Amino acid sequence: MSLSNEAADGIARATGVDPIFGKLSWGVFPFYEPIILYTFIVVAIGGGAVVGALTYFRLWGYLWKEWFTSIDHKKIGIMYMVLGLVMLLRGFADALMMRGHQAIAASGGEGFLNAHHYDQIFTAHGVIMIFFVAMPFVTGFMNYVMPLQIGARDVAFPFLNNLSFWLTVSGAVLIMMSLFIGEFSTAGWLAYAPFSGLDYSPSVGMDYYLWSLNIAGIGTTLSGINLVVTIVKMRAPGMTLMKMPVFTWTALCTNILIVATFPVLTATLALLTADRYLGTHFFTNDLGGNPMMYVNLIWIWGHPEVYILILPIFGIFSEIVPTFTGKRLFGYTSMVYATCVIMILSYLVWLHHFFTMGAGANVNAFFGITTMVISIPTGAKIFNWLFTMYKGRIRFETPMLWVMGFMLTFVLGGMTGVLLAVPPADYVLHNSLFLIAHFHNVIIGGVVFGIFAGIIYWWPKAFGFKLEPFWGKVSFWCWLIGFYLAFMPLYVLGLMGVTRRLSQFEDTFYSIYFVIALFGALFIAAGIGAFLVQIYVSIRRRDELRDTTGDPWGGRTLEWSTSSPPPYYNFAFTPRVHELDAFTQMKREGFVRPTEGFVPIHMPRYTATGVVMAGLLTVMGFALVWHIWWLAAVSFAATLVYGIGHTFNYDRDYYVPADEVKDIEDQRTQALAGAAE
Amino acid sequence: MSCQLSKISIQSRSKRRKNMKRAFLSTALLSVFALSGCDLVVLNPSGDVAAQQADLILYSTVLMLIIILPVMALTVFFAWKYRESNKEATYEPDWDHSTSLEIIIWSVPLAIIICLAGLTYVATHRLDPFEPLRRVSAAEAIDPQVEPMVIQVSAMDWKWLFIYPEQGIATVNEVAAVVDRPIRFEITSTTVMNSFFVPALAGQIYAMSGMQTELNAVINKPGVYDGFSANYSGEGFSQMRFKFHGKTQADFDAWVAQVQAQGVELDRETLAQLDQPSISHPITYYDTVEDGLWDKIVNLCIDDNSLCLNDMMMVDALGGGGLEGLWNREMFRGLCSADDPGALMAMIRPEMRLRENEIITAMTLVPPASAN
Amino acid sequence: MSDTGANPPKEFFVIEDPHHGDDHGEHHHETGTMLGFWIYLMSDCLIFGILFATYAVLGQNYAAGPAPADLFEIEKILLATFALLFSSITYGFAVLRMDMDDLRGTVLWLIVTGLFGAGFLYLEFQEFSHLWHIGATPMASAFLSSFFFLVGTHGLHVLGGSIWLIVLLMQLGQRGLTHENKRRVMCLSLFWHFLDLIWIGVFSLVYLTGVLL
Repeated sequence: MSLSNEAADGIARATGVDPIFGKLSWGVFPFYEPIILYTFIVVAIGGGAVVGALTYFRLWGYLWKEWFTSIDHKKIGIMYMVLGLVMLLRGFADALMMRGHQAIAASGGEGFLNAHHYDQIFTAHGVIMIFFVAMPFVTGFMNYVMPLQIGARDVAFPFLNNLSFWLTVSGAVLIMMSLFIGEFSTAGWLAYAPFSGLDYSPSVGMDYYLWSLNIAGIGTTLSGINLVVTIVKMRAPGMTLMKMPVFTWTALCTNILIVATFPVLTATLALLTADRYLGTHFFTNDLGGNPMMYVNLIWIWGHPEVYILILPIFGIFSEIVPTFTGKRLFGYTSMVYATCVIMILSYLVWLHHFFTMGAGANVNAFFGITTMVISIPTGAKIFNWLFTMYKGRIRFETPMLWVMGFMLTFVLGGMTGVLLAVPPADYVLHNSLFLIAHFHNVIIGGVVFGIFAGIIYWWPKAFGFKLEPFWGKVSFWCWLIGFYLAFMPLYVLGLMGVTRRLSQFEDTFYSIYFVIALFGALFIAAGIGAFLVQIYVSIRRRDELRDTTGDPWGGRTLEWSTSSPPPYYNFAFTPRVHELDAFTQMKREGFVRPTEGFVPIHMPRYTATGVVMAGLLTVMGFALVWHIWWLAAVSFAATLVYGIGHTFNYDRDYYVPADEVKDIEDQRTQALAGAAE
Repeated sequence: MSCQLSKISIQSRSKRRKNMKRAFLSTALLSVFALSGCDLVVLNPSGDVAAQQADLILYSTVLMLIIILPVMALTVFFAWKYRESNKEATYEPDWDHSTSLEIIIWSVPLAIIICLAGLTYVATHRLDPFEPLRRVSAAEAIDPQVEPMVIQVSAMDWKWLFIYPEQGIATVNEVAAVVDRPIRFEITSTTVMNSFFVPALAGQIYAMSGMQTELNAVINKPGVYDGFSANYSGEGFSQMRFKFHGKTQADFDAWVAQVQAQGVELDRETLAQLDQPSISHPITYYDTVEDGLWDKIVNLCIDDNSLCLNDMMMVDALGGGGLEGLWNREMFRGLCSADDPGALMAMIRPEMRLRENEIITAMTLVPPASAN
Repeated sequence: MSDTGANPPKEFFVIEDPHHGDDHGEHHHETGTMLGFWIYLMSDCLIFGILFATYAVLGQNYAAGPAPADLFEIEKILLATFALLFSSITYGFAVLRMDMDDLRGTVLWLIVTGLFGAGFLYLEFQEFSHLWHIGATPMASAFLSSFFFLVGTHGLHVLGGSIWLIVLLMQLGQRGLTHENKRRVMCLSLFWHFLDLIWIGVFSLVYLTGVLL
């Protein structure tokens, strides 16, 4: 307790608002917390090493020119994946600390975290894992794969795509800053009012949360608009809606969901921000505010959000299963309808997150039943993958292993989810560790497994060589075992009536379960480690893992028809599509790659506007968190002026000369010939 | 300690057939999880409401396993049978549709969900926490003569206050009730959202400031059970725990006498002090409770500085306090307890005298917190 | 699905004529922009939807303070409403002139639109400062919070639209009625009419019902 009092003092000293530095002062650096101090030292050394290496090898110019200012959807997709991976390490470090602390606290010790610090950690874990791990990974896949699948050369608004990415980074940067400058929110990942209001959370932590999500949320909305338009308007000739690959279908539904729900998040957080900055009374206890409205609004966004995460993952599985069974996807049509039905139903279930708030029996029953109904299309999807395997030739390469792990794990999570949708059952399971186990069961067993499957599946497309399978399998088994060890005990603890977010325990009754869960988390840590080793080993051995065909798995969709990695213009000629598995048909009917007759290709130019604007907005967010009003005003005005300035630039695209296209394509012709020998 | 209690509960319960069935089911289903001899309180509770909820969990689980288990088995079977190395298995790369299969894969889950939906609808209504109980236990119907015992519960930072209007006493972080007598909890909060939860007794319900939720429950077995806040509420959340005692009538009376003997008076000043944030607050007894204190808690006006919510909502229902209300909200204090609504109207909205009756009738529609 | 054999050999790619492809490409992109902008408007509409819902929930929580009847001066609001409605009409005229490739007419009508917009903003500013002056601030009650936020967000949109209008006028002055500029005029047109529509909602839900009930 004394530590957190010190923290409170540090913040309190900082609350006198200085006209120049706002609430900033020397007291805001929480280095009196040993854990933070050590983390800071490690991060400073690591960060210093990276910066030093980049400088030493003179890579800054390259990164800036080829990546940061790039509006190539493939590069942006890869940058999203890198962001997701980096943030996964941070979010998982939080998870390990929680598991470690609870294991000690439940075994009679005090644990190494005080309540205040523990509360920040579970909040940061949730926020980071959803917004800055799962979302970037999913968006990264959609960015990288979807345009290739529909035979497009880029997304509809390439500059906007770059801006969306940097806005997401901006949110992540603000959260990372909160680790060392001030503190993070203690209000949980959804920041329930009135706890998140000024009366109960006066510190800057909540403000970091709000500005981080406000900025990143706008990026996500813009990205959603962009990808919807891309899918609707830029499909290759012949690709009707019912000939779109399933991943593209799920990307379409997901982005429609994004466009239709993230504005709700933006509005809700804006209202909460107003409560905190202007003293309004939307969600306060007094003067007519209504905290229950916050809970409703945040879940109207929050529930579709989990489908935003899982739908593209369903799409990934729907690509992997046919590829590795060498068979057409069973029930394409019902798969598409199931996706659409899930998309619509996901709007009608939000109240199941708070049956216990005292709504009447009819309301609760309605939302409980709509929730259960979602399991029907979801079940249909599982059956479709199942019957795709039926009478197939299943190659158990690493992506397919993840699929198997997913199919066996996800149904359990689905089952406990339906259980929680029965309101009277939810009365005893709500907010318990059973709930925690449930959503980790679907998020890890669904989203995370799918992300790894997808990374291994499309890695050769992005980099031209396969990932080494041994470490991939190690990673898979560690994750699978780790997941069951970490979360099955939590189901049991939930049934023992243990609630979530506890940092101290009365007795040592639950010790064994928490210790097992800790071991599970360590297994998962090993799984993440093995994944990183896999990448390292594969890069070292890239020459022997090289794939020159562009089609290492026997793929069925258009992205496999171009080279690996694809040229920046994706396709020298826009593909023409005749049936669902377009590339399978091309292979079957003896399609010969054209080697001449190239024409100039229309491409967008790179621009620094996105990264600069997002940088300015990060400064603005930081200034607003610390009440440095002048800086906030200046950076906001600068963002506006810079953005308007960008609209005066009419020279945004150019033609790739036919000769350049010919050079690139000739190289591939030679590579293919070399591979054939 | 909980461990010991749970064991006792198993022994006594096993005498009842119904509970044996439940114990059997839970053992069968959850044997995988049963790593120690200790009991799963959610599935083996001591109150009838929680027992029905536990039954519901088990029935729904069984219903869903009808489809989950075959799917898992088929997944493993297909994966094994159609592995690449098994050249004997049929391979039909273009087989992608079967109308009869499609009908099955949509209709079987649908059928199960229809059953589950029916179960849900009935159970949600039967176990609505706001509704009075219909039975004391599976074997015993409700006695219409017995009034439920009212316990008023307020979540505070970070402790629980219990007021017994019938007995005129109050306690902090300890609550007791008579076995087999229905209890009606009236629940609110003076701070952020909490959730009032005694797993052995009944499901939880949120405790929210300025509002009153209700929970009807009954405890069927004497014992000491854990209760806590199940909705995160800040720094002292982990310690926001209390013990719920199920007592026989005689034991309960003795407990009340003990509270009265050891307690002091709970008035507004004491309450305002109690309302200050504190962690691990000791069990505290109060022998008397000032009149109308509960209303003040629910309406957020423990101190004299704030206008009670019910007064405020009354004024709002009448069309607001006008511009003068911005500066002088205090003039509306105590309106709700006014005996003469007509005079009240005349004060706030003199120009509306003509519609007086209409408006006064409408006033009874304002939410429960102010109606009481 | 598989219809091989019956058909002659299939073409699996499109050979774009570079010059034709040029036109096609731009056309393609333009419809994309309009669709994208339209979707953006829908997402913005959702933000207003939330603000309307918030107002519907909190709009009668006066916290023993003033109610709409005590605050709104309906005549001024009516004036502001007409300013905005007229600005929509004049924007329509600007688009009509643009279709005739009449740069001067377009610019003139756009300036008129901007003036009406400025008038609207002035009246709204006057209303807000009056309310603030008499103490009816957003901090006074949930009703006032939701009122200021709903009306204020609309006002900020009009302000944003006006700034955009000024920028657009500069661009029209620089480059005339080029393809891109026409597209921008159309986007702003959508935005402007959209704000008008929202205002009709605000006027009916907030002001009319507020004063009548």
